[in-house]
Order: sequence, then structure tokens, then C-alpha cells
Amino acid sequence: MLAGGAQAADLEVVHWWTSGGEAAAVQVLADAFNATGHRWVDGAIAGGGGTQARPAVISRLLGGDPMGATQFNHGQQARELVEAGLMLDLTELAQAENWHAVVHPPDLLQACTVNGRIYCVPVNIHSWQWLWLSTDAFHKAGLEVPQDWAGFVAAAPALRRAGIVPLAIGPQDWEASNAITQVLAVAIAGPDAWRAVNVDRDAAVARGADYAAVFQAAETARAMSRGSHASDWNQATGMVIDGRAGGQIMGDWAQGEFAAAGLVAGKDYECLPGLGMTPVISTGGDAFYFPKQDDPDVTAAQLKLASVMMSPKVQVAFNTAKGALPVRGDVDLDTANSCMRKGLAILSQGQVLPSTEIVLPPDTVAQIDDLMARFWASPDMTAAEVQDRYADLIARAR
Amino acid sequence: MPILSPGQDSRPMPGRAAPWAMGVMAAMALVALLIFVLFPLWTVAHSLTGSRLLPNGPWVGLAQYERLWTSERWLISVGNLAIYAVGLLSGALGIGAGLAVLLDRRIRAEGLFRAVLLYPYALSFVVTGLAWQWMLNPTFGLPGLALLSDPDLAIHGVVMAGLWQGSGIVAVLILSGLRAIDDDIWKAARLDGIAVWKTYLFIVFPMLRGVLATATVLVLASAIKLFDLVVALTGGGPGLSTEVPAKYVYDMMFENQNLGQGFAASTMMLTLVLVVMLCWAVAVWWMGRRRDHR
Repeated sequence: MLAGGAQAADLEVVHWWTSGGEAAAVQVLADAFNATGHRWVDGAIAGGGGTQARPAVISRLLGGDPMGATQFNHGQQARELVEAGLMLDLTELAQAENWHAVVHPPDLLQACTVNGRIYCVPVNIHSWQWLWLSTDAFHKAGLEVPQDWAGFVAAAPALRRAGIVPLAIGPQDWEASNAITQVLAVAIAGPDAWRAVNVDRDAAVARGADYAAVFQAAETARAMSRGSHASDWNQATGMVIDGRAGGQIMGDWAQGEFAAAGLVAGKDYECLPGLGMTPVISTGGDAFYFPKQDDPDVTAAQLKLASVMMSPKVQVAFNTAKGALPVRGDVDLDTANSCMRKGLAILSQGQVLPSTEIVLPPDTVAQIDDLMARFWASPDMTAAEVQDRYADLIARAR
Repeated sequence: MPILSPGQDSRPMPGRAAPWAMGVMAAMALVALLIFVLFPLWTVAHSLTGSRLLPNGPWVGLAQYERLWTSERWLISVGNLAIYAVGLLSGALGIGAGLAVLLDRRIRAEGLFRAVLLYPYALSFVVTGLAWQWMLNPTFGLPGLALLSDPDLAIHGVVMAGLWQGSGIVAVLILSGLRAIDDDIWKAARLDGIAVWKTYLFIVFPMLRGVLATATVLVLASAIKLFDLVVALTGGGPGLSTEVPAKYVYDMMFENQNLGQGFAASTMMLTLVLVVMLCWAVAVWWMGRRRDHR
């Protein structure tokens, strides 16, 4: 039943969650919203992590045809749309429901805040800093599954001898880029150096010794990935699943692939957050924005949906289905497997960093992606060269 | 080839139209002006701004062009476009001419072959790209043809897929030109004892200048537009090795959220198209003049 005499409204929700597990997670949100008497109209736009959906959303907003709600990644993707006054201000709802106290880590709500006002609802946390290892592959090579990055590197020659590609990676530019600048950088240079480069945009640190070690490791990783001909990130995960590759550096969404293949965490595959060196995870993920509408009934429905998305019950059900971590620090995930529990433990200890999408503008992120993709595909590009050019991009970030 | 035929204009003379028709024509001219001149001008103007997600950035002069022409990715893209355009032009014209000549020899089941040649053209670039992605896959594809995982060779894989898609239409275009050649020319050549291949090369093909010019423009235009084939086939990789200008524009506008940079790149592409069109117009004018002199 509806409270306060507002009329039921249809709300078109645009998102890019269309794979099997994602669609199940969306259904959780839709069911919870429909239970409030309003109606969820699904506006899914498939493809490539939102690269198809975002242009469509932006052109509809600028063309004066706003949808009821739309997904963006945490961070700066929607900042200009907020500054142009196109998004509904959620500050009062957030204060009434005390989001400041429950959202953990606080960076997430900070990423929704422009000039002190809140414009989006963070719904999940995905982190990049994971190394997934195939138990089978290491046993075939006569080795124990390594406990950290150094062990993995040391195992590479034996894996090669057994006909196994040590490190699987797909061809997309964001794979190599995030593996280097979010995973190797955090694990090897440490969270402080990472913050100095990405948050404070300190190019001197990016040129320094800590980051030199990062790019040296990237060179090693590049050599370890030779012969990995996966044509997509999940095909690379597939190589780890059937033991053709030793491991893969990929965000926690890779778990969905292991789960779909019926593999058990801790037995068939191992996960090393922070490469087993630095147990720190970044807090990327997704948030929903609510474009401004004239109809007060629609506005009421938008606020209702925002409230539903943040409610503890939906947070647990949605994130369990999606394999992500909840944005609330005050809920329990009973169904989490051993890898998700490692993530939750790190999260509860506050060992978190914002993701690069939160702290750097999209232009810089994409330029870094280009550079790292080039580095990964060109064995003649040295660590020193890529470090120098990376530091230039950090210095020019605006 | 009546491309330019002054004095034979069959359109009604202006000046006698009803006033309302004049109004409609003026409105249409205005719309055309708006679409074909003002919008590009708007793009050019905004390429001089620092616009990011919205076209409202501050004036930055030529800074976007400076960044463009120092960007490694753009330079690679332009180089790849050149490789693709040259490869596609020579390949499609060569293969197309060869196929057209074979079909022209009054073979059996010509209709079937014509249809087969045109089938690839009826497929979208996305389907073409995905099909070739599998054919060139190192594990499952054609042995010895694992072009796409090698940064130095990947662009040639793109050319190959483009040729497979585009050669058929060129063949059919040239065939239609061959069929328009007067039989008397063939009879005369036979009487003079000129070999068939010489007749094609030195007599028939020079008469097909118009068709060949049209095919060239079609092929070049499709080369400059190259986008969906790359997206479906390689996604621009490995690394940046198969990036192309149209993809640069798209990625700048929507992934980098840097409209100014995207506009600068699209202005350069517009310039390129204008140059090609200008060359075509000059070539057509030149051929028309030669015919008049004869």
C-alpha cells in the first residue's frame, strides 16, 4: 500500500546488468520495488560494462527525456550531469535514513556527494585486488598453490614446463590497465603510495622507486601471460577454471564464473586478495541516480526506490545474487563463500581504498587504459618507459 | 557514363514555380544548409573548447588538436586507416576486377555466382567481424592464420575481413560496367587478333573509368567509416594495434567523456572526407573534359 496519498507510478530503470547472475540480482530489486505498489519498468541496455548504456542515458537526459532511474559506476561518470542540475537531490532522504552512519566505507557516499548534497544510492561494492589460482594447474605442475605474488612468479617456469600458461588475461584494455594500476600497484607499492598517485595526483611518487617496482612486476606479469589467447576476460577465467592457466588477476566478479562452473572456493580454486601481500581492497561498484522529473508522483516513486535499494534486506539479497559486497556495514551475508568472507573481513577492518574511477576523471582513466594496453601488447616497451608516460598522465589529470 | 552532361538537364526550369513551391524549396534548402553546413560548423567550433561530458567547455584554442596529434593512439589510428584504405582499395579493386572478368566470360550459373559474391556484402560488419574472429582464432580457427593475436599483423586480419565483405559489390559494379561495353569493340579486337587479357587491360578497363571512380569512392568512404568491423573483430587490440579514427572519436566522446577531443578528431576525419570528395570531383571533371575534347 502507498503512504501519504501519492499515486502509484511506473519507473523506468536503466542498467547494464544482463548476464545470468546479474539479471537475477536485478530481479531482487524489481520485486522489492514492485512490492511497494509502484511498478519497475526494466530498461536494460546490454554491453561491455555500460559502454553502450551510458551514451544512451546521457543523450536521453540532454534531450529532455529522463528515465526514472539509471545506473552509473561509483565515481565521476555522472558528475557533470549532476552539476548541470539534471539529477534529483536525495539529501533529505539520506538524512532521514541516516545513510552517513550505515554506508561503509564512507568513500561510497562521498562519491555520491556534489557540493555537500547527495545525488545517488551506492548499491554494491566490487573490488579489483584479487588473484585467482587454479588448484589443478599447480598440482599438475607438481607444485603447491602459492600463497602470494612472489610464490606465483617463482612457480611460473614449472607451469610453463607443464604446458600451462602461468597468467591468463584477455585482450580488453581495462584488464591489463587495472591489473597494473589497481592490483599490482596497491599490492607492491602499498596503499599510501597508491593514494599519493591516484588521489593526490602526485606525479613525483608515480616516477619514484615504489612505482618502479610496480612496473617491473608488470613486465614480469606480461612475460607470464605470453601465450594467453583468451578473447574476453571471462574466457581467461575459463582457462583458470579448466586448469589451462595457473591464475588470473581479475575483480571479484570473476567469482560468478567459478560458481557457474560449479567450482568450490578454497578447494578447486584459491583467491588471494591484495595478491597475498597487502590485504587491501578498492571499493568500486555501482550506484543509481534519479533524473529530475516534473511529476511529483514520479518523484515520490524515485525516493521510494532509493530507500528500497538501501534497505538492509534488499542489500543482502541483491548482493548475494550478484556476488558483490553490501554497501552497509551493519548487515550479515550468511551465504558468503570463503573468498567473499576474506573480502568482508578486509572491509570490516577498514582496509579499503577508493577505485580509480572514483578518484580520477574518465578521460584520465581511459588514457591510462590505452597506455597500459599498449604496454601489455608491446614486449619492446620497457618498464621505465611506461612508468614515465604513466606519470605524465597523472600530472596532466584534470 | 553521363556523370556530367551539361545542356541535357531534364529538370524543370526554375522561376515558373508557384509561390508556395518556392517557399517549400526555400525551406528545404534551409534544412539542407542547417544539416550539412551548420552542424559540422558547430562541431568544428566546439573542437576549440575544453568540453567534457557536455558541450559547454571553455575556449582552449587549438589545444585539442595539439593533444590529438601528439597522442600515440591517434597516430596509430591514422596509420591503420592508411593501411586499411590502401589494402582495401587495391585488394577490392583487384579481386573485384578479377571476379568480374571471370563472370563476364559467360560462365554457367552466373546468377548463382553473382548472388554468392554479394552475400558477404549483405552481412553487417558486426556479423562479419564475429565470423572472422573465430576463423582467425589461434585455437579454433584456420591453422597458420592466427593474425589477430599478433600486434604487428592484426590490422591485416581486419583488412582480410574487410576484403571478404567488400570485394563482391565491387565485382558486381565492374561487371555491370563490362556488360555495358559494346560488342563491336570485342569484335574489332578479335579481328585485330588482340589477346583477351590485353583487350581487357588496355581497351575495356580504360573505358570503365567512371565505374572504377565510383567503386574507388565507395571503397574509400567505407574505409574512412571503419568502426564496427574493428569493434566486433578486435576491439582495437591487441594493445592499440587495430585502433582506427572513427573508434577514437567514439571512445573520446563516450568513454573518456571528452567531447572537445572527440570533436577535434571528427573534424580531422571530416577534412579527410572533403579531400577525398574533392579528388573525386576533380577526377570526374577531368574525365568529362577529356571526353568533350574527343
